[in-house]
Amino acid sequence: MSKEPVAVVGIGQTKHVAARRDVSIAGLVREAARRALDDAELRWADIDAVVIGKAPDFFEGVMMPELYLADALGAVGKPMLRVHTAGSVGGSTALVAANLVAARVHSTVLTLAFEKQSESNAMWGLSLPIPFQQPLLAGAGGFFAPHIRAYMRRSGAPETIGALVAYKDRRNALKNPYAHLHEHDITLDRVMASPMLWDPIRYSETCPSSDGACAMILTDRSGAARAPRPPAWMLGGAMRSEPTLFAGKDFVSPQAGQDCAADVYRQAGITDPRREIDGAEIYVPFSWYEPMWLENLGFAGEGEGWKLTEAGVTELDGDLPVNMSGGVLSTNPIGASGMIRFAEAALQVRGQAGEHQVDGARRVLGHAYGGGSQFFSMWLVGAEPPDS
Amino acid sequence: MTSAPGDREVAVVAFAQTVHRRTSDELSEVEMLMPVLHEVLDHTGMKTADIDFTCSGSSDYLAGRAFSFTLALDGVGAWPPISESHVEMDGAWALYEAWTKLLTGDADTALVYAYGKSSPGSVRDVLTRQLDPYYVAPLWPDSVALAALQAQALIDAGDTDEPALAAVAARDREAASANPHAQLKGPVAQGEYLVRPLRTGDCPPIGDGAAAVILAADDRARDLCARPAWIRGIDHRIEAHGLGVRDLTDSASTRLAAERAGAFERPVDTAELHAPFTPQEIVLRKALRLDDSVVVNPSGGALAANPIMAAGLLRIGEAAARIHRGESDRALAHATSGPCLQQNLVAVLEGEPR
Repeated sequence: MSKEPVAVVGIGQTKHVAARRDVSIAGLVREAARRALDDAELRWADIDAVVIGKAPDFFEGVMMPELYLADALGAVGKPMLRVHTAGSVGGSTALVAANLVAARVHSTVLTLAFEKQSESNAMWGLSLPIPFQQPLLAGAGGFFAPHIRAYMRRSGAPETIGALVAYKDRRNALKNPYAHLHEHDITLDRVMASPMLWDPIRYSETCPSSDGACAMILTDRSGAARAPRPPAWMLGGAMRSEPTLFAGKDFVSPQAGQDCAADVYRQAGITDPRREIDGAEIYVPFSWYEPMWLENLGFAGEGEGWKLTEAGVTELDGDLPVNMSGGVLSTNPIGASGMIRFAEAALQVRGQAGEHQVDGARRVLGHAYGGGSQFFSMWLVGAEPPDS
Repeated sequence: MTSAPGDREVAVVAFAQTVHRRTSDELSEVEMLMPVLHEVLDHTGMKTADIDFTCSGSSDYLAGRAFSFTLALDGVGAWPPISESHVEMDGAWALYEAWTKLLTGDADTALVYAYGKSSPGSVRDVLTRQLDPYYVAPLWPDSVALAALQAQALIDAGDTDEPALAAVAARDREAASANPHAQLKGPVAQGEYLVRPLRTGDCPPIGDGAAAVILAADDRARDLCARPAWIRGIDHRIEAHGLGVRDLTDSASTRLAAERAGAFERPVDTAELHAPFTPQEIVLRKALRLDDSVVVNPSGGALAANPIMAAGLLRIGEAAARIHRGESDRALAHATSGPCLQQNLVAVLEGEPR
């Protein structure tokens, strides 16, 4: 049987900031949903189902908040699903919504992801209590720093690569009106002079804690035909998971990430991602994850990812722009961060990315990961519908 | 929409569950889940590597820690990496996600599991955190108090009375006598008022448990199961969160989901209802138009065992198992979420004619 093609016809996000004290959680998500509807020129009544995602409920202290948010998202009388796959959730949520369309269960679906991190302290929300984990991890940075060290040792990358990524992403963020961090006085020296947090991760090489939401309207072929602006077409999408901790796990380049990318490329008919993909929004919460994921995603050979970064290939005007929006390093409402990657990829192929638009972007990858580098979700979107 | 679009049919081909218990202190969630996963796979002769898609349902708040589901994945044996997803909902909704995945043709088989340990905390207090965090949750109205509001509304409307509620409890727990997995079975005293008009007997047991099912499409289902329980339709709907804007004596979302699932097209012989409180069974029977010809909750339902996050998936599993055993030809399964039946899922399962 053939799947229904899935199109993105509406995208909306909030201006991401450290604390949105002017809105409730419901107000925050409705803002993003409203903007997505406006972009698609649709009304609430045109939506058949709502798929919502966010990271742990402990971040806001609300258990299963989709119940409380049903009214704000126009879901009353409709199906509503709540996805949670750790940091990859924003991407997974979009893929679950896409499946509803692909399976022809629904024609038009609103999908949304959010985090209002100012309601709590994410670092401690991420620090799993004993006996589940060793104590003193102190947030995600403490977990990932040793794996970055492993990458540096294996690849021989110079110590400056992380700073180059941060400097690039923060400059890209200046072109994105929705990005959280707008550091107009950013310089490479300032990044390198910032305090060391979790050696080798410096303060300016880490993501912020943001309040924000991102929404998309996904629809079928006939919905796309009615769309007022160019749709982005899903050419491939996949999720992969592997266990948290086990002896054979490669934290530098997890097998699940490689498999997930390979599945997406297979679906999209991509054989040479470096040449056939015009840009990538990659989940990089700590700067060193750019070169690491470039290798994991097949854009560079093993140990070669940092060379692309160093050569400027991943700059906005480079040969393979990465995180044109400023990325997770500039904006991190955790549960929404994956969906922002997916949405920014769609904005690019729709030609709607404004100042951070890559000229002629036809195929762009959106990527998210979560847990201890164990959950992956990705999609590849294109300006043209899939062949089949 | 609902009934399987296109030409693909999906069935429940295997079901397993724990013996549900008041506490399982000596077991981690993973340890509680592992035997169930092994058992459900054994039913089909499959191994983890044979499963195309895995989806689970659980809630961090029961475990009292963020990302509790991530470690449960270790129990699945997700190596080499698997295609996998998770809903922070009852496992019935994980099954819905897996069903759509199978309809796309991207997968032929799916493992769906759900688990919940209510014993580490006070579940009545924990569930208050589901409520509107600005206006309602700060008042800490607990799940029993909210169910009591619904019960009183039904009594005030003349839809039921306390003896009728007691009869619901007695019948479900009598049925549970034959269920080796049930936590509370046989004659149970109605007891003292917990929150008027509800007595302890009107309320579910608090317990820990897990459930798992395997779904398969088309011929794969026939290969794996002598009598697959075909999902003829499945749909779910949510209502407003605020209790003040809902008619608590009715369940519009259940009725709509049942319509979309095709439940009213032909009579069902069995219904497994996720009604943790006796008044909810009254509401659901009305919304689903179940008369005395239908065997309701032959497993004992949620009044006999209510492992939160798994109790809805258990209803689908129990209904499917009756079809597998030839005890039912067309069964309805229902799952609920949120205060006073806010969100409801209905699945219609059928066995092939005998």
